[in-house]
Amino acid sequence: MMQGRHPNWAAPILSAVILVLFLAAWQLAVHDTSPTAGMDPEYAKLMGAAANTGKSAIPTPWDVAVKLWEAVRHPFYDHGPNDKGLGIQLGYSLLRVLLGFGLAAIVAIPAGFLIGMSPLAGAALNPFIQVLKPVSPLAWMPLALYTIKDSNISAIFVIFICAIWPMLMNTAFGVAGVRREWLNVARTLEVSAWRRAIHVILPAAAPTIFTGMRISIGIAWLVIVAAEMLVGGTGIGYFVWNQWNNLSLADIMLGILLIGLVGMALDRLLGLAASAVTWRE
Amino acid sequence: MEGVNRMHPYLSIEGIARHYGSRTVFRDLWFGVERGEFVCLIGHSGCGKTTILNILAGLESPDEGALVMDGREITGPSLDRAVIFQSHALYPWLTARENVGFALRSRHPSWSKAEIDDRAQAALELVGLKDAALQKPRELSGGMKQRVGIARALSLKPAMLLMDEPFSALDALTRGTLQDEVVSLVGGGRQTAFMITHDVDEAILLADRILLMTNGPEARLAEIIINPLPRPRDRANLHRQPGYYALRNHIVDFLVTRSRLLAGTRPDGWTGRNVPAISTFDTPHSLEIISP
Repeated sequence: MMQGRHPNWAAPILSAVILVLFLAAWQLAVHDTSPTAGMDPEYAKLMGAAANTGKSAIPTPWDVAVKLWEAVRHPFYDHGPNDKGLGIQLGYSLLRVLLGFGLAAIVAIPAGFLIGMSPLAGAALNPFIQVLKPVSPLAWMPLALYTIKDSNISAIFVIFICAIWPMLMNTAFGVAGVRREWLNVARTLEVSAWRRAIHVILPAAAPTIFTGMRISIGIAWLVIVAAEMLVGGTGIGYFVWNQWNNLSLADIMLGILLIGLVGMALDRLLGLAASAVTWRE
Repeated sequence: MEGVNRMHPYLSIEGIARHYGSRTVFRDLWFGVERGEFVCLIGHSGCGKTTILNILAGLESPDEGALVMDGREITGPSLDRAVIFQSHALYPWLTARENVGFALRSRHPSWSKAEIDDRAQAALELVGLKDAALQKPRELSGGMKQRVGIARALSLKPAMLLMDEPFSALDALTRGTLQDEVVSLVGGGRQTAFMITHDVDEAILLADRILLMTNGPEARLAEIIINPLPRPRDRANLHRQPGYYALRNHIVDFLVTRSRLLAGTRPDGWTGRNVPAISTFDTPHSLEIISP
C-alpha cells in the first residue's frame, strides 16, 4: 500500500485489533499465576482471599467489564460517603473542573487581552507569570486549605490556578499577534476601541484563545484527580483513592478508564467549539 | 513648465519627511491633490511610497512637515480618506457583505441592520460581486477579494480614495479588468484619488498627474507629469492615442535610469516646493541622460 493512503475503515479495524490483542495479553498475564509461593507472608495476609485462592490480585478484563456494567446500570446511587455511584463521583469532579475553569476563563481572557494590547503591561507582568506558571498546582493546596479552609473550594481554587496560565498566555499571544493590516482597516474606519476589541481583535484571536482553553481544560482534568485524592470526600479522584484503600483494583481500573473517557470528551467539546470560531484564509 | 503650488489645493502635503535614525528615506516632499483629481505616485521600492500613503491615510505621522486637507490639518485616520490596501485586508471571519457592512456601520452607526445589508449588497453589485455577497474571503479569488476591498472603500463615499498598489498582487488579466472598473467607478473627476503604483501603464490609464520619485534613501520628488492623454481613456485603445509612447517612454526612462542617477542628488537651487511639472514629451530625455 502506498504511504499515507489507506481506506477509511482501516484505522478503526486496526484499533479494534490492537484492543483485542491488549485484552488477550492482559487476560493471559493475570490468568494463571502461582499463588502464595514466594510471596512475603505479611503481604499474603494483606492480600487475603486473593492470595489463597491462587488467583492474581490483578483483575481480569472480564472483572473490569462487570464493574463497568454495574456502574452503567446504577450510576447515581448513594449509599453514604464511601459508596456513591460513579455518575455522582464524576459529576462532582466535572462540577469542580467547570467552576475552576470558568473562573479562570473569566479572569484570564480579559487579563490576556490587556497584556496582549499593552506591551508595557505584558513586559511588567511577564516575570510573575513566568515564576507562577511552572508551579505545580498541588503546591498551592496547603496554602489554599489554610486560607480558604473549605476543602471543596480549595480544590476549585487549585483548578483555577492551573487553568489560568495557558488561557492567559494564549489570549495575550493571540491578541498581540492580530495582523497590523486588520487593525489599520479598523483605524481608517475610525472604529471605537470597544468595537475594535469585540469585532476585530476577539474574532482574530479566537482560534488562539480556544487553543489555550483546550490546553487548560486538559490540565484541569489531570489535576482534579490528584486534588481530590488529597482533599477527599467526593469525586472521581477520591473514588480511585478510596478503592486503593479497599484494594479493589478492578474499581481502580474502571476509574482510570472513565477518567480517560471523560477527559477525551472534554477535549473533543472544546475542539468542536474551537473549530466553530476558527477562520481560514 | 508651470508651478505646481497653487494657493490651496484640496489636499496639500507640506514638506513631509521620514527618518529612520540617521537614515532619511525622503524629505522635503511637497505636493497637492486637487478636488476630483486622480494622482499617481511612481517610484521603486525603498523610496518610501507606502510610508507616504500611510501618512496620507493618517496611519503614520511624518517626522517633519504637515498635511492639510480642505483647510484642516490631518492628524489621524478618517472615514473621509478610505484606503484600498495592497493585500485587500478583508476580515476572513466575515462574509464579503459583512466586510463592506463593517465599514458602512462605522460611517452610519444609526442605520438598521437591514439597511446596512442592502447598501453593502448594492456596493458589491457595483463591483460585479452580486452573487458572492455571502461568501467568505477564502472562497473568493484574489481579484474578487480586491473588488470587495474596493466596494468597502467606495461604500464610504469618501472625500478621498487612497490606494496602495491595489492590483500588484493580481495576475495581468485580472489587473486589467480591475483597472477598467476603477476607471469607470473613480475616473472622470468624480472621485479625488491618490494611488501608489509601480505599473507605468496603470498610472497613464488612471492618473491626471503622475509624481515621479527618485530612489531612496534621500528620495525626492523629481518630476510631476501632467498626463496629456484625453479622457475618457480606454485601456484597449490607450496605446493608439497620439503621444502615448512619448509619455510612456519618458516615464520608463525615468524609472530605468534617471530615478537611480538622480538618487540622493539635489541640483543647485532645487527645492521641494518647486518640482518641475512636465506636460510635453517630444524630447527623448533618455538620450541626453544616458550618453556619457
